[in-house]
Amino acid sequence: MAKKLDKVDVVVVGTGWSGGIVSAELAKAGYKVVGFERGEEKSTQDYIGAKDELRYMSRKHMMQDLNKQETITSRNEIDEKALPVRTQDEMMVGNDLGGSSVHWAGATYRYSPIDFEIRSKITEKYGEKKIPEGMYLQDWGITYDELEKYYDRFEKTAGLSGEEDPLEEGRSSDYPNPPMIETPNLRLFKEAAKNLGYHPFQIPSANLTQKYENPDGQVINQCQYCAFCTHYGCDFGAKADPIVTVIPTAQETGNFELRVNSYVRRVVYDGKKATGVIYIDLKTGQEYEQPADVVVLGGFTFTNTRLLLLSEIGKPYNPETREGVIGRSFHGQFNTMALGARGFFEDKKFNLHMGAGALGATFSDLGGEHIDNTDTDFIHGGGVEIRQYGDGPINNNPVPKGTPLWGEEFKEKSLHYANRSLLVWFTPAIFSWWHNYMDLDPTYKDPFGDPVIRVTHKLTDQDRNLAKFGVEKCKEVMEEMGADIIDVDEVPEEFDHVYQGTHYAGGVIMGEDPETSAVNNYLQMWDAENLFVVGASAFPHFGNRHPTATVGALAYRAAEGVEKYLKEGGMLAEPKNNKMKA
Amino acid sequence: MTENNSKQGSDKTKQDQNQSKENTDLGRRNFIKNTGLVAGGVIGGSLFGGLLAGNFKSEPATKQTDIKDDDIKEARIFFSRHEDFNVLKAAVERIYPEDDNGPGAIELGVPHFIDRQLAGEFGMNGKDYMQGPFREVDSDDRYQSRLNRGEIMIEGLRKMNAISKKKFDNNFDQAENEQQIEILQSFENGDVDLRGTSSVLFFNLLRQMTIEGAYCDPVYGGNRDMKGWVMREYPGPRAAYMNEIDSEEFVTHDPISLKDYQP
Repeated sequence: MAKKLDKVDVVVVGTGWSGGIVSAELAKAGYKVVGFERGEEKSTQDYIGAKDELRYMSRKHMMQDLNKQETITSRNEIDEKALPVRTQDEMMVGNDLGGSSVHWAGATYRYSPIDFEIRSKITEKYGEKKIPEGMYLQDWGITYDELEKYYDRFEKTAGLSGEEDPLEEGRSSDYPNPPMIETPNLRLFKEAAKNLGYHPFQIPSANLTQKYENPDGQVINQCQYCAFCTHYGCDFGAKADPIVTVIPTAQETGNFELRVNSYVRRVVYDGKKATGVIYIDLKTGQEYEQPADVVVLGGFTFTNTRLLLLSEIGKPYNPETREGVIGRSFHGQFNTMALGARGFFEDKKFNLHMGAGALGATFSDLGGEHIDNTDTDFIHGGGVEIRQYGDGPINNNPVPKGTPLWGEEFKEKSLHYANRSLLVWFTPAIFSWWHNYMDLDPTYKDPFGDPVIRVTHKLTDQDRNLAKFGVEKCKEVMEEMGADIIDVDEVPEEFDHVYQGTHYAGGVIMGEDPETSAVNNYLQMWDAENLFVVGASAFPHFGNRHPTATVGALAYRAAEGVEKYLKEGGMLAEPKNNKMKA
Repeated sequence: MTENNSKQGSDKTKQDQNQSKENTDLGRRNFIKNTGLVAGGVIGGSLFGGLLAGNFKSEPATKQTDIKDDDIKEARIFFSRHEDFNVLKAAVERIYPEDDNGPGAIELGVPHFIDRQLAGEFGMNGKDYMQGPFREVDSDDRYQSRLNRGEIMIEGLRKMNAISKKKFDNNFDQAENEQQIEILQSFENGDVDLRGTSSVLFFNLLRQMTIEGAYCDPVYGGNRDMKGWVMREYPGPRAAYMNEIDSEEFVTHDPISLKDYQP
């Protein structure tokens, strides 16, 4: 029996960028906030000396424990039986205080203006016919100009180090810190890109180029390019993450209580409003009810969607009727993400063992407003990137295609090319489709007997065509870079159920129309005015860049919404019926 | 590999043979000492006699067991049968062989690395979702076996040995290199049926753990003396590259390990 606790102003589920930002902003505004994290408490202490490739990269030390916590099930077709994603090699979602925002790489782009009004703009430019049947292409209910100040705020919180994209306009201020060092590999990429007529620049980075104090008074250190970055917590507190920024900001107000090892199982809902959450203390097994005036779900895409479905809030999406909104529009950059061309250089050696998660260069010429889709067999486009993560020896053994993957020849060639190979890849925009969605699995359960999320996802011609285009462009760049051998990635025919990275989105998407969206442009639920659902779960589609800046911006927007709601009450945005047909 | 190279390789093997003989003798003496058995007293006894024979008398003079091996300092905590461990040793050496670049998997400590990994969380799939129902799948990329990694490894190694015995009339570790490679390839290609798992899944696991053992931090028992890192000029965990990351030249450092790095 759940033990009922005293009511607080706000409960926030999750402590990544989404939950962390909302917690910090509301605690600063004087509200009593309780934050829930089902994982462990972590501090920068935990990551000092964390330079162990086997533990962090191979054994996924910072990833969700699929045994103690939960997994998902996965299938391609609606009439298939879904199977659980069983191992951490196939599922790499972050865990513990700060969530995925701690092990992240730190490449932090804004989406383009076209992304927020994608349906209107594509229709305006190419006509309604350009949009394939079954694609859920919709405007976000907010424009870039409206979101700009929140982007700006997030970038200052994180202390981003970058330079302006020569093709993008509309920044109200410069990046807070200068861009990262241009290494010989990046220089080679940029020169090749320029020769081909593109406009390369340094990737905006959350690995900071100088010691920096953010607007909340939190200090982030200078990146040392130590190479243990993506998949690791930072050894030096030099990567912007919630543990060095928004979590201490929230705690220093005295208004924020963090409850770790606390697994939220339900949102309590009276049919109109959320009244609190039910959670279990994983250390004692005791179940509690924590009442609150406002409930914020700031967990991962899967978590946010699952909690709403388990709590029976909002209408679940039904692919047969194409009605309902919870679980609708699942999408993300994973299967056709980061395909490209690998070059092998006989006469060049690169310092690949040095690097940082977001150290890299890129150009935007092939996506958003900058690409003409008139004659392409896809819409939108993608970014082209080179990165210098700092390669560990276990997980980086590229050999030219045709080389055996073990034995004498493998050893010889993998050693030869260990510091002689570069990769250029493509980050595609990804859209939602009527047949890609999430619901509760009828068979597989978490350790408490609750159904896990079931993902139904298949690739479309849009995905494959765009990926092929991207791979081809990467190959052209690699040729210009002068590689002696170039291998291109094959574009998969079908999604293989390996959930790489953390770029999953949708399920509780934002918009103007309650028929096709679950939350408004403050991420306030249409079906429960005191319930805000924050994170990439709100994305109607994936822009052609990495998602974190947009997650951060939307979290600042949502925090403002919660505060507004606590003061004024009611719906913060008027619903519009767009009569959008899929 | 060129002809010249393989010639050098075989010369080196000869040297190692002598060294290995010494190691084996030492190992035998230690065994007798440690178990408190007097050699003369057990030769006639069936159980211990068989054990001794199995462990020592049939030590083959084939290449893979001649490779310098620190067995003397190690003990097994996962593999209960020496026979399984011998198959493992031979297999990982074929996957990552000794060559002119440097040591192979055995000298790097890979077999003991794998033994320890399988005895722990990874081998027991401690952080994976292992609840049923289990269903068969076509894909070898999806782990849908009800066996954990340790069980898969035993299943696969024993099958490799059984195939070797049947096909080549020899234990896997005593078969010729080419024969071992042939068997490994048949597993890699999915040509072998395993009980409860697929040969591809087993092979991929074996390959993955071999590479891990060659290049992990030495604290895990692999990458002995950081010799795996030396071969690929990898410097190990270091604090900062800020002052050299823009170098046009390739920068080398003598490797250090977590033992030297962690505060």
